[in-house]
Amino acid sequence: MTAILQINDLNKAFGGVKAIQNFSLEVAECQIYGLIGPNGAGKTTIFNTITGIYQPNSGSIRLAGTELIGKKPFQVAGLGIGRTFQNIRLFTQLSVAENVFIACQKDARYGLFGALTRLGSFNRLERELREKALNLLDFMGLSSFADARAGSLPYGHQRKLEIARALALDPRLLLLDEPAAGMNADEAAELVEFILRLHEQFKMSILMIEHHMDVVMKLCQAITVLNFGQTISQGSPAQVSSDPCVIEAYLGREEQPC
Amino acid sequence: MSSYELGIFILVGINIIAVLGVSILTGFTRIFSFGNAGFMAIGAYVSAILSMRGHVPFVLAIAGGALAAGLIGWLLGKLTLGLNGDYFLIATLGFGECVRVLFEYLDSVTGGARGMPGIPAKTTLLVVGLSVVLAILGAWNFLHSKYGRNLMAIREQGMAAEAVGIDTARYKTLAFVVSAVYAGWSGALFAHYLTFLAPNMFNLDKSAELTITVVIGGLGSIAGSVIATIILTVLPELLRAASTYRMLFYGVAVVLIITVRPAGLMGYRELSFGWLRRWIQRWRAPKPTVEPELKS
Repeated sequence: MTAILQINDLNKAFGGVKAIQNFSLEVAECQIYGLIGPNGAGKTTIFNTITGIYQPNSGSIRLAGTELIGKKPFQVAGLGIGRTFQNIRLFTQLSVAENVFIACQKDARYGLFGALTRLGSFNRLERELREKALNLLDFMGLSSFADARAGSLPYGHQRKLEIARALALDPRLLLLDEPAAGMNADEAAELVEFILRLHEQFKMSILMIEHHMDVVMKLCQAITVLNFGQTISQGSPAQVSSDPCVIEAYLGREEQPC
Repeated sequence: MSSYELGIFILVGINIIAVLGVSILTGFTRIFSFGNAGFMAIGAYVSAILSMRGHVPFVLAIAGGALAAGLIGWLLGKLTLGLNGDYFLIATLGFGECVRVLFEYLDSVTGGARGMPGIPAKTTLLVVGLSVVLAILGAWNFLHSKYGRNLMAIREQGMAAEAVGIDTARYKTLAFVVSAVYAGWSGALFAHYLTFLAPNMFNLDKSAELTITVVIGGLGSIAGSVIATIILTVLPELLRAASTYRMLFYGVAVVLIITVRPAGLMGYRELSFGWLRRWIQRWRAPKPTVEPELKS
């Protein structure tokens, strides 16, 4: 298996707080990888560093061999990394279809002149991209909401729409930041089915942050556990869940008998 | 049509073009600028000088004024669009005042504070009418393409816009340049309508008026901006009879519109036939005692 994402010795500090220390990770082609850990462990900081929102103090992040450090967020997206946000960030005043349409626009190869005059390939390209967006909505089961305002959707659908928008980039790697946050057990089980289905369909690698353990255990082939910016365990779901370090991080140490 | 009415029509048209520029910047990209009168001044003076000293055809004078404003807009945007919203606003405010003062100091070229008389009167109703149609069409096509959608994405969620591959810095600059070009265009028409220019025509009041018009028309709506410009240009004229209290009425009207319709006249909506029909039906139909949504 070849690696799609390689992170080596990544360090990121905010002032005196070491948010990530010597973090390394390798996500293989077509793999679903889980990143877990208690609150404040540095998981979202890692996502933000991968996508260029933060610049790390040292280390390297490579997407299929291309160094991502120093790139701006929109360049990282252009290289094939789609992401969702922990607190949903949709284009709320725009329609559901437009949300996905905007993410399809990297293929809109017309210039300002074409846009103003509607000459040349403008109409054909617009039609093709609109179709692509509608097909994606269809796959996500959101096509009946296509013209609704994105901000008016119920919570679960908003999460799905954010995933649809990330998929519109045709990503090689999809970063999901707590996709099951705020969901009950039934909704989370449905989400697992849904992620498996889209993974089957689009064949990309997925790196996900998640707190719902059943979701992580069912989806991920490998897991990294973080605590206070440090990697405390790495391996298959079975290995990780029986690691005493992990149990200690989540539940605390047993009190020593006097 | 009396020349007075003709004058109002022409002024409405000139204002519509400047307001459309601010609408693209503020209504669709959520960047506030208090410097667009400065771009109007650049367009006005550059086109007037081209006409009077260069004797170029009117169309080229307009294009020259608009492009000069666009170029300055690009430079200013590159320098200042990295600033956060409030700081950017202050920077544009300073820019507008700088332009005004600069034109006052350039006595030999602009006639300084005494003004610049003798500009050929070439702005006819036909020229303004064509310009307005072209400006609305251009804005509509621009906003209904990837460019406009990217600007709206930046307005809604800058971070998410970056995450779907939009170069937000580049698109913000683009919005700023487009608004400057529209302001310059409007200024060029203004100069050749009034045939006289003075720097204090393009003061902070003018910039504020442009932004207020967009807010009253409703953010994110071309139709709203056009309607608001018509109302706000014609209203002071209608109130001319009550000359002393005219600006008071104007102020009260602005406050009323904002309190009754906080989203502006047409916030995030455009005029369409379907929408117009529903609106008329709602006016005709007797008000139901129970909200229709509750019944279903």
